[in-house]
Amino acid sequence: MSRFNAENLSLAREIIGRYPRPKSALIPLLHLAQEQEGWISEEAMREIAELVGVTPAEVRGTGTFYEMFHFEPIGRYLLNICGTMSCALMGAGDLLHAAEEELGVRAGGTTPDGLITLHRAECQAACTEAPCLQVNYRYRFRVTPDGVRELISELRAGSLADEIPPHGTLATVRQHIPADRAVGAVDPDEDTSPPSWVPVSVEGAR
Amino acid sequence: MTAETYPWAPGFVAGDRPRIVTSRFGHEDSHTLERYLATGGYEGLRAALSKSPSEVHDQVRGSTLLGRGGAGFPAGVKWGLTPEGVFPRYLVVNGDESEPGTYKDRLLMERDPHQLIEGCLIACYAAGLSRCFLYIRGEMALAQERVASALNEAYAAGYIGRDILGSGFGVDIVLHWGAGAYVVGEETALIESLEGNRGMPRLKPPFFPAAIGLYGKPTIVNNVETLSNLPFIAANGAEAYTAIGTETSPGTRMVAVSGHVRRPGVYEIVNGTTTFRDLLYGEEFCGGIRDGNDLKAFVPGGGSAPWFLPDQLDLPFEGRQVGAAGSMLGSGAIMVMDSTTDIPAAALTLTRFYAHESCGKCVPCREGGTWLMRVLERVVAGEGTTDDLDLLLEVGQSICPGDMPHASSEALGLDATPFPYKMTTICFVGPSAYVPVHSALTLFRSEFESRVAPSRARTRIPVVAAGGGQ
Ligand SMILES: Cc1cc2nc3c(=O)[nH]c(=O)nc-3n(C[C@H](O)[C@H](O)[C@H](O)COP(=O)(O)O)c2cc1C
Ligand code: SF4
Ligand code: FES
Repeated sequence: MSRFNAENLSLAREIIGRYPRPKSALIPLLHLAQEQEGWISEEAMREIAELVGVTPAEVRGTGTFYEMFHFEPIGRYLLNICGTMSCALMGAGDLLHAAEEELGVRAGGTTPDGLITLHRAECQAACTEAPCLQVNYRYRFRVTPDGVRELISELRAGSLADEIPPHGTLATVRQHIPADRAVGAVDPDEDTSPPSWVPVSVEGAR
Repeated sequence: MTAETYPWAPGFVAGDRPRIVTSRFGHEDSHTLERYLATGGYEGLRAALSKSPSEVHDQVRGSTLLGRGGAGFPAGVKWGLTPEGVFPRYLVVNGDESEPGTYKDRLLMERDPHQLIEGCLIACYAAGLSRCFLYIRGEMALAQERVASALNEAYAAGYIGRDILGSGFGVDIVLHWGAGAYVVGEETALIESLEGNRGMPRLKPPFFPAAIGLYGKPTIVNNVETLSNLPFIAANGAEAYTAIGTETSPGTRMVAVSGHVRRPGVYEIVNGTTTFRDLLYGEEFCGGIRDGNDLKAFVPGGGSAPWFLPDQLDLPFEGRQVGAAGSMLGSGAIMVMDSTTDIPAAALTLTRFYAHESCGKCVPCREGGTWLMRVLERVVAGEGTTDDLDLLLEVGQSICPGDMPHASSEALGLDATPFPYKMTTICFVGPSAYVPVHSALTLFRSEFESRVAPSRARTRIPVVAAGGGQ
């Protein structure tokens, strides 16, 4: 059930091919698995391990370091309210309280219907637009407690479904490297001569 | 005086100032190849390709372009640190922007991704780098999307990949994104992450990435804003760049000002001459403190920087002077606190950040950061004692032994201690947990004292170890 579907499997192979060492594709593939299922299962990790040639424990070892990866199901919408300095100075605490009250869960929890998971997040690189939040990593700026309540009712009503894909989907545009334009992976052990555009004499003089 | 904003560039404020990296922000479609080409796009690359790689390298050296990721190291010098004759060499673009207060790289990626791509190409050409990995922070879905679109457009139009513009120069740019970990912004952790590992910094010295980096090969790590300056330099020459700003800090700089000002925003300022007073009070910048309040303190260079007082307002945004005054410019982020600010609570928001983001590799950071956070939490909650204030400084000393940099204060009769500090950790996350505690306690000790009980009136057991012990 949670193995890559055919389309994602071929995409996974394409992604692996961009790196000189397959293990470099580990984080991109974890993202792909999370995009497909909303979270990352044991089986997904086993498959990724096979694909990149490491053990499942190594996949888990890397994956658990990163906060965006979830190893059990979470809400369809992940509501991340920033609580770092600039947002805290501008009233982030009130936003978090409003969300907790409205959702009936504390930060870290998921609503019983599985729709929304609430997190207290760290700086989102939007400090001038404080206080701010993200829903599935889509921003809302200069948010008020009323704005949070409104956002939650919109999420419940499903009216933001077009704008905000389910948890796991980041960019909706993927990079595509056309085969006839690609240079190739540049192997650290094999491609050891100077690149074609570097004049050898100039390089030696450096 | 103008202060123009655009709905499609949230937070950005334009003014009557030179614009190097934000020149296209006024166009709603600034992220498209069409607009980019219509506004001088890829002209810098063409100019670079008409010169030899070493001529382009010399041009960048001559521009004294300083790194914008935090350390301020000259880009041209860094490119020259790769060991002679060792190939392949890689370029890793640091788009992991997550230092508290910092907001500029995301804007540059969302609003002008082609400018960044062009900068990457120029860097690869000049420094002989044969593959580029563009690492964007995981939480930035729109930036990932914009950069992906721009890369696809640029590949299709022949600007990236094999034999670029028929020059024989060819390089791929691979988009990669992270998954949520502040410390991955540190360059060696970024490399670990790109190799598929936990993002824990490597010990350096002895080996810096320029010598031994990605896959053990020479690797240049440059920040998004740093690279975004290259098209201008390549197209207009080093002199056009150094004509702006000062000798030690040429060009412009992106600065985010957040917190209690009337107009928080991201400003492209003239480097080296613009003062903090200009930025906080100037009508074309932030226009003063909100609600007509007084300024209490500000963080001049991102969450890791020691705090400044109104005493330091007349300093220019220039690295050496700010360093001598006890802080650093870091990532171009100013956080402003007005007279209503609860200082211990404000310090806690930063200490909690760094404690939370510790990768756990060094004991003083992993344990010390957590201690600082817990003791400070207790103080902020009104449950601390005077002993706790000493404990905070004592724990801090185990992370940063010796003198800590701090600002001068006329009112407190305090002289400045210049930057930097000594540290017992591999990277700056550990010290950064202590910096806000130290600044707040040094400059606002009375606010802590009024909150704590005398030492014998302790109501709680001090710290419960994470392992569940007493
Ligand atoms: C804990 C830590 C976090 C960092 N985060 C970032 C970051 O998010 N973005 C960045 O460009 N540099 C960051 N840096 C600085 C990088 O290590 C590196 O110096 C920089 O990317 C080099 O690029 P530059 O020379 O163009 O500035 C961080 C450093 C440390 C110690
Ligand atoms: S200082 Fe902290 S974050 Fe940096 S390497 Fe050590 S434990 Fe990790
Ligand atoms: S502090 Fe909230 S976005 Fe930076």
